[in-house]
Amino acid sequence: MSSNVITIPGVQIEARPWVDELHQWLTTVDHKRLGILYILSALLFLVIGGVEAIIIRIQLIHSHNNFVSPQVFNRMFTMHGTTMIFFVAMPLLFGFANYLVPLMIGARDMAFPRLNALSFWLSFLGALLLYFSFLGGGGLYGAGNAPDAGWWAYAPLGARAFSPGHSFDYWTLALLVSGFGSMGTAINIIATVLCLRCPGMTLSRMPLFAWLNLVMAGMVLLVISPLTAAQIMLLVDRYLGGHFFDTQAGGSAVLWMHFFWIFGHPEVYVLVIPAFAFASEIIPVFSRKPIFGYPVMVAATVSIGFVSMSVWAHHMFTVGMNSYANSFFAITTMAVGVPTGIKIFNWIGTMWGGRIQFKTAMLFCIAFLFQFLLAGLTGIMQAAVPFDWQLSLSYFVVAHFHYVIVGGILFAMFGAFYYWYPKMTGRMLSERLGKWHFWLFLIGFHMTFTVMHIPGLLGMPRRIYTYEPGRGWDTLNLIVSIGAFIQAIAILVFVANLIISYFKGAPAGNDPWDAWTLEWSVSSPPPAYNFATVPTVASRRPLWDQKHPEDPDSRYE
Amino acid sequence: MSAVTVSFPNTAAPWQLPSRGKVAMASLIFAEAAIFTIFVVAYLFYIGKSLTGPTPREVLEVPIFFTVCLLSSSLTIHIASKCLQRGKQGGFMALWLLTIVLGGLFLYGTGMEWHRLIYEHGLTISTNLFGTTYYSLVGLHAFHVTVGLVMLLTVAVFGIAGRVGVSQSGRVEVLSMYWHFVDAVWVVVFTVVYILGR
Repeated sequence: MSSNVITIPGVQIEARPWVDELHQWLTTVDHKRLGILYILSALLFLVIGGVEAIIIRIQLIHSHNNFVSPQVFNRMFTMHGTTMIFFVAMPLLFGFANYLVPLMIGARDMAFPRLNALSFWLSFLGALLLYFSFLGGGGLYGAGNAPDAGWWAYAPLGARAFSPGHSFDYWTLALLVSGFGSMGTAINIIATVLCLRCPGMTLSRMPLFAWLNLVMAGMVLLVISPLTAAQIMLLVDRYLGGHFFDTQAGGSAVLWMHFFWIFGHPEVYVLVIPAFAFASEIIPVFSRKPIFGYPVMVAATVSIGFVSMSVWAHHMFTVGMNSYANSFFAITTMAVGVPTGIKIFNWIGTMWGGRIQFKTAMLFCIAFLFQFLLAGLTGIMQAAVPFDWQLSLSYFVVAHFHYVIVGGILFAMFGAFYYWYPKMTGRMLSERLGKWHFWLFLIGFHMTFTVMHIPGLLGMPRRIYTYEPGRGWDTLNLIVSIGAFIQAIAILVFVANLIISYFKGAPAGNDPWDAWTLEWSVSSPPPAYNFATVPTVASRRPLWDQKHPEDPDSRYE
Repeated sequence: MSAVTVSFPNTAAPWQLPSRGKVAMASLIFAEAAIFTIFVVAYLFYIGKSLTGPTPREVLEVPIFFTVCLLSSSLTIHIASKCLQRGKQGGFMALWLLTIVLGGLFLYGTGMEWHRLIYEHGLTISTNLFGTTYYSLVGLHAFHVTVGLVMLLTVAVFGIAGRVGVSQSGRVEVLSMYWHFVDAVWVVVFTVVYILGR
């Protein structure tokens, strides 16, 4: 496990011309390069989706603003939501999974490298299709130049009569195509984790990161499929004159809601479970303690996977389901909080009594812990049906789910960047810029999304492009918008850190954090073949065993 | 005499992991089953909700013969892959081609049924909810049969060229998993469309 780079004496490798290098990147089937491609494309769309968010916030900065027209406003929130979920969050998580899962389980690549490349390019093609709608969406009708039906595209807004032109077709095709990409990656992750583990890496010794990504991949199969099916039905309606969601021919608009949210709610867990995976790797290393309650963490994740499949209709309490359905979904929604709470206790248990190092990665994970807890609590509030009737479709909901996705998932992702960037590039990210990034983003986040709960409670509906003065919303919206700008500045600091550190960062070495999982046993960045000799492991922390042969973990497991 | 494995204490157990082909195909089947579930739910939900005719009772006939064809093709592909495992190339090729013929017959049956529905009864995908859900569900299944047939034919071409031997039996088995799935889906589709739906 120790000597990891094969060097041939007397042979010098010449630098390739950049066209060659580019060709290598575009045709690569290496899981590490594909992982980085996933992450880079996600960062690109993070900036684009962020610009759309800023446009939304400028429009809402005071009452009766007309920075953009209502039509453009609708397009912005539709594109913002779709972009952030499908072309930022999913690719980022897949990117990290792609890069890290084979390294952590001692494999030389994913199970199906070519499928991996296909999956990435499919999801990237999906993103391009979505943004091509700005150019091609008008079609021959001259109607609309980007989808504007909201990211959930409730029927009949998606029907031809209400979304003429092609903009909406691009939305449908983008989700369909990137969905196939997601399924490919999910199949690949499952096959990799189950079939390519190095000798000794039993399921009970796998790093939690691999376990959680296995659960995530299983959920993707079950979750993206209904979305794919619903998009096929929508295409049948739009192109072949079908009546799936056409109420005038007896079709049902509510059926679309069910199909969408059978995808839509578990999707949140598809995104958050990898965030849990980041936290489960980072928190132990910076607390200098092994993870607390490993088997319970696995069990909690699997049960989240199951329970989250039966909560979707809590998005639909205001639709008018019967009281049995309302009660069922209220109870399941509250129940899913139990395994999630167990996980939070386990992370705190890991930190308890540890020698905590407040590196930037750890700061992001601690913030993730608190913010995700708060997000969960507002989630429980809305699981109570009467409360939801009052606040559904208000800014309270917007604040709640941004707390989950930004305060929870994005914070954990930033932690992952600071933790694994040295492995991917061989350079450390600047801790100084990192602290700036963290504190600016933290302040901006709370100004925006903590404050945003209040206009929601005061009754401000979501998706309005402007509002009347004198409702008590003006100051709050101003604070929210200023917070959004602070977050944007923090993101710029982050991007600057990524670029500057790539050229000027301190060399990282193999194992800058004194960590315990296999990816830190190879050079940074790892060679194309990962492991010169396939490692054999005897415990959950193979590098600990290697560094402390006098007191290996394997003695206690 | 069969090999006897003796396990000594303190030696590591042999490191065996499942075949990635089978795991991946099982995952794909899992995802596909979810897609079909949504279409089946839509079909069941819309039974009897069409505002205009024709209704299933008026126009659908139960395709017993073609169903028997498809279901028996599961048996033939199973025996074919067992033949290949035991190195019986001839038996494998004969049964493999028979599977293709049976699958092709099924597709022909679907085609004839659609032709009859469209030209005699005027039922298209845009006629009513029944048409929309029927053609989508049966069409999605027929699409999967078609994909399966293309893959079976690819293997058949290699088989005729003499390139499919015992060493390929693992891959052939993965393909037969897919074919079994397509057959199993038909059992559900058949029940929903031709029994419950009428």
